[in-house]
Amino acid sequence: MTDSAADPLLIMTGMTKQYPGCLANDHVNLTIERNQIHALLGENGAGKSTLVKTIYGVVKPDSGEMIWDGRKVAVQNPGHAQRLGIGMVFQHFSLFEALTVAENIALGLGSAKERAGLKERIAKVSNEYGLPLDPDRVVHDLSVGERQRIEIVRCLLQNPKLLIMDEPTSVLTPSEVQALFVTLRRLAAEGCSILYISHKLEEVRALCSHATIMRLGRNVGEVVPAEKSVKELAEIMINMDLHAPIRHTASARSETPRLVLDRLTVRSPYHFGTDLKDIALALMGGEILGIAGIAGNGQSELMDALSGEILAGRPENILIDGVPAGHMGPSERRRIRGCFVPEERNGHGAVTTMTLAENAFLSGHAREALVRFGIIDGKKTHAFADDIIKRFDVRTTGPKAEARSLSGGNLQKFLVGREVLQNPSVLVINQPTWGVDAGAAVAIHESIMALAQAGAAVMIISQDLDEIFVLADRIAVIAGGRISDPVPTADATVESIGRLMGGTAVREAADA
Amino acid sequence: MLKFEPRGAESKVWRYASPVLALVLTGIVTGAIFAVMGRPPLQTVYTFLIVPLVQQDGIAALVVKAAPLIMMGVGLSLAYRANVWNIGTDGQFTLGAICGGGLALAFPDVPAVILYPAMMLLGALGGAASGGLVAWLRIRFNANEILTSLMFTYITQYLLIYLVTGPWRDPQGFGFPQTALFSDNASAPLLVPETNIHIGILIAPLVAIGLWFMLEKSLLGFQFRVLGQATRAAKFAGFSENRLVWVAMLISGGLAGLAGLFEATGTLNQLTTNLSPGYGFTAIIVAFLGRLNPLGAIPAGLLLALTYLGGDAAQISLGLPNAVTGIFQGILLFFLLGCDILLRNRIRWVAPAKAAP
Amino acid sequence: MTALLVAFLVSTIAAATPLLLAAIGELVVEKTGVLNLGVEGMMLAGAIAGFATANETGITSLGVLAAIVAGMLLALVFGVISLTLQANQTATGLALTIFGRGFSALVGAKYVGIPAPTLPKLHIPVLSDIPVLGPVLFGHDILVYAAFVLLALVAWCIRSTHLGLIIRAVGDSHDAAHALGYPVILIRYAAVAFGGALAGLAGAYMSLAYTPLWAQDMTAGRGWVALALVTFAAWRPFWLLIGAWFFGALMYLSLYVQALGVSIPSPLLSAMPYIGTVVVLVLISRDARRIRLHRPAMLGRPFQARA
Repeated sequence: MTDSAADPLLIMTGMTKQYPGCLANDHVNLTIERNQIHALLGENGAGKSTLVKTIYGVVKPDSGEMIWDGRKVAVQNPGHAQRLGIGMVFQHFSLFEALTVAENIALGLGSAKERAGLKERIAKVSNEYGLPLDPDRVVHDLSVGERQRIEIVRCLLQNPKLLIMDEPTSVLTPSEVQALFVTLRRLAAEGCSILYISHKLEEVRALCSHATIMRLGRNVGEVVPAEKSVKELAEIMINMDLHAPIRHTASARSETPRLVLDRLTVRSPYHFGTDLKDIALALMGGEILGIAGIAGNGQSELMDALSGEILAGRPENILIDGVPAGHMGPSERRRIRGCFVPEERNGHGAVTTMTLAENAFLSGHAREALVRFGIIDGKKTHAFADDIIKRFDVRTTGPKAEARSLSGGNLQKFLVGREVLQNPSVLVINQPTWGVDAGAAVAIHESIMALAQAGAAVMIISQDLDEIFVLADRIAVIAGGRISDPVPTADATVESIGRLMGGTAVREAADA
Repeated sequence: MLKFEPRGAESKVWRYASPVLALVLTGIVTGAIFAVMGRPPLQTVYTFLIVPLVQQDGIAALVVKAAPLIMMGVGLSLAYRANVWNIGTDGQFTLGAICGGGLALAFPDVPAVILYPAMMLLGALGGAASGGLVAWLRIRFNANEILTSLMFTYITQYLLIYLVTGPWRDPQGFGFPQTALFSDNASAPLLVPETNIHIGILIAPLVAIGLWFMLEKSLLGFQFRVLGQATRAAKFAGFSENRLVWVAMLISGGLAGLAGLFEATGTLNQLTTNLSPGYGFTAIIVAFLGRLNPLGAIPAGLLLALTYLGGDAAQISLGLPNAVTGIFQGILLFFLLGCDILLRNRIRWVAPAKAAP
Repeated sequence: MTALLVAFLVSTIAAATPLLLAAIGELVVEKTGVLNLGVEGMMLAGAIAGFATANETGITSLGVLAAIVAGMLLALVFGVISLTLQANQTATGLALTIFGRGFSALVGAKYVGIPAPTLPKLHIPVLSDIPVLGPVLFGHDILVYAAFVLLALVAWCIRSTHLGLIIRAVGDSHDAAHALGYPVILIRYAAVAFGGALAGLAGAYMSLAYTPLWAQDMTAGRGWVALALVTFAAWRPFWLLIGAWFFGALMYLSLYVQALGVSIPSPLLSAMPYIGTVVVLVLISRDARRIRLHRPAMLGRPFQARA
């Protein structure tokens, strides 16, 4: 290791991986120096995940060469990667909810020798790097930030030479992000290179000394991030002139609120979910309210309580256009013009194995009158689906295509279109552009703004602060199942919202 | 190395070809088992699958055997589509026979036009009640319907034994565990005189067609299909899972009860302890062989009826135990389930990867 | 009265043994996230394989071995279809039961009503001669003790060893286990084979020690009761023992209630264990949150390694 200290740690050349119907990596090159914090930058679907999974031995490339620490290797599996000194922290954590912190870490260590005296070593490493953890706690009781620390500690215990972080900050509060950066810089200084995968340009500029940019499975740039502006980086990343996003401008407000939540308290039906506590909000027509927050703070429960999948304690807890709706099921709420787009497309908002026409029928049958005497009106259903496809520019072969044949962005456009075309007076969307390409995201944002212009009350629940600042007229934060008082977007800053996301301010306000 | 590659969309060809492939493979494997047992495989398979059809009255025997299987298989197709795992149709079948048969024994002299429809109603209600109890226990107490419905099968069987050895035993029956023969008024009306082709043989395909229409064309059927494929999506759409569990258990139980009544009044003409030769489990195979499509249950029911007749034929002419039927059915279900991977995947031969260091 | 009580306790422990053996196996299977509903079929296959082998060779231990192998082979068929070919586990388990019934009936046709060498009851000097406790605790055949030892071993393995940790991990999140490089399918195959071996052993106990005879469908739903036991125990090994004794007692209750002179028709008494199973299942399942807390999160879900 010492004799070749000047050589790069990792050189990948010509990496190619073909999936059925998709060339995920097309002769991609990547070189990581020692002690370097190296960014891998690209949109969703650019091929970043495939490339790092190749490094980590999860994906076998079709061709290409990998030179690690001066030697040519073909990583067979994650265990092999770990033995080589490669550690990885996944975007969706690979943790076991029902096991303790120590058990989770033990599972990541190969041999009994490595596991000896584990609890003490966890305590030592976590103290050293500012990653506090209690080894005996069960994971399902931990916050998202704590869970990420488990993964990092698990990697550090193996003394890695390269630590791969896949979108690590998407689940953290701004202050947690700062703490993570301190840890990462210290690791790099001590000789562990870091491959930092992200599409967040500000972060990459702040943290990384070098960036490899990918688009559609290919290399499109090698830059020093600090020398480029955010706009320049973005233009390389998505290959189009980026006009500043059109901010939503306030439209005419209705006289009376269209959606009112009054002391809404709901017990979570999920394994280790978050209960909703005493939520009070009022939305006017023409207004977009953004609900910011870190994953797992009650967003799913809020969505379910609004859509009618979970019923509220009393009918008056939820008013849609003045009608008490707390005890109504989803179909009844749709009849009084409440429409909803849940976060998960596959198997929640849509049945992936059914056709688009059937999926249009799924939530549209009540308001669009697609049933006559209990029998499905096939013609009308087909026409409704066709209308959604045309008006929302959904790229597909037609209403008879199965939902799973669509890309994430196209399916999301279809699902948003399905609800928007039902002409709702209240629309609630959870994570409107999660896992969606830039083009589709713009289209979805425009349709949300148009709906608000037309007089509907829109609530967007999102973990993407940028999206909330672009769309929302007012912003509230959900933390620990409570929602803060909304503030006008003009008066809000990333810092003030970030503090609320940490939960302290909300709790104090609730206690006061 | 054999490798499966996911297809983008489900293969239309394999949707129909996979049951056929499963049948062929089952034939080959059963033939091999016969060979191991020292029997000429081809002749045995011939005796098992062809002889019953070319016998005198073979077709009549086949449709009589198939009718209850089709009715039960249709009900299960519906239930399994919604992930409601009723595996206790044997018990619902038996309870239907007990309820309808009890009425026949109590009022032997009531005219057939009144008595028989009343028996059919009571038989269906008995089966539906047994299924409904399972639904209630699942909804109200979260009790697993697989286990409860199967336990009810044993309980109902003991109830039947109790009745035919106790209060309902035929006083002139020389102590055999059986009831008196039903009166003529309580026998299943025949479609073809001088055969035992009874009204149930007409009703079974009608039920299949009716439920197919319901499943494919109605809002209720759509709800079943959504619930089976994505529980969350069903919730999102506002379809009540509890309501569908009720409907699935009441329909599959009711049809099994009706099938039991037809079997008791059309074939046996009395209640005995061996009312069902394992129809409950066979109906599960009927449902899967028919691809959980009510129309598919018609050919599937005929085929599995054939395996019963084949078992009898093999016993008579080759001296094989008629348990051969059970083996054939079990292997068939294995292959049916296994072959379905071809729906969603392509098979490719891939050179084995180099061994890891 | 004491004699009756001793006989009742001895019978209860004996009746509980096949349930306990099969349930221990299924518990391990379910801990890895696999639901194998074919316990009844594997028990029947084990019962006839054990009986036939013991009958042909005259050696009971060979019969026990054959039963284990038969149970494992059937379990591996289940593995191929539900794990490799990713078929629905519920349906595949049912197929296994149907096949096991047919297979055992076919092989067993010529063994109906004939005796086979049976497992001897152990006689431990001094201990077995203690009044009451002696026969209740020390007068059984070796499989009864084997069941206790297996229970203790499985409980220890799951709670305190790294292997047990891996088993729990695979049942909690197969995707996470796969991401860490654990061979999910292989681990599940091993668990399924272990479950099959124990179900086969339970069958051998039925045909070589408990009855001891071969009769078609002789397990009479015990495989299903064993499945219910795993839920009853909420996937905690030692609770299996309590459940197995409870059901063992119910199974023998009918005989002893009659011996005590209570006149309930015997078919209705025979239905008692099944009614008992439903009642217990209902009482246990009522608390959905408690079940969810202990239930392996992946139970019944197929796993496909995603590239």
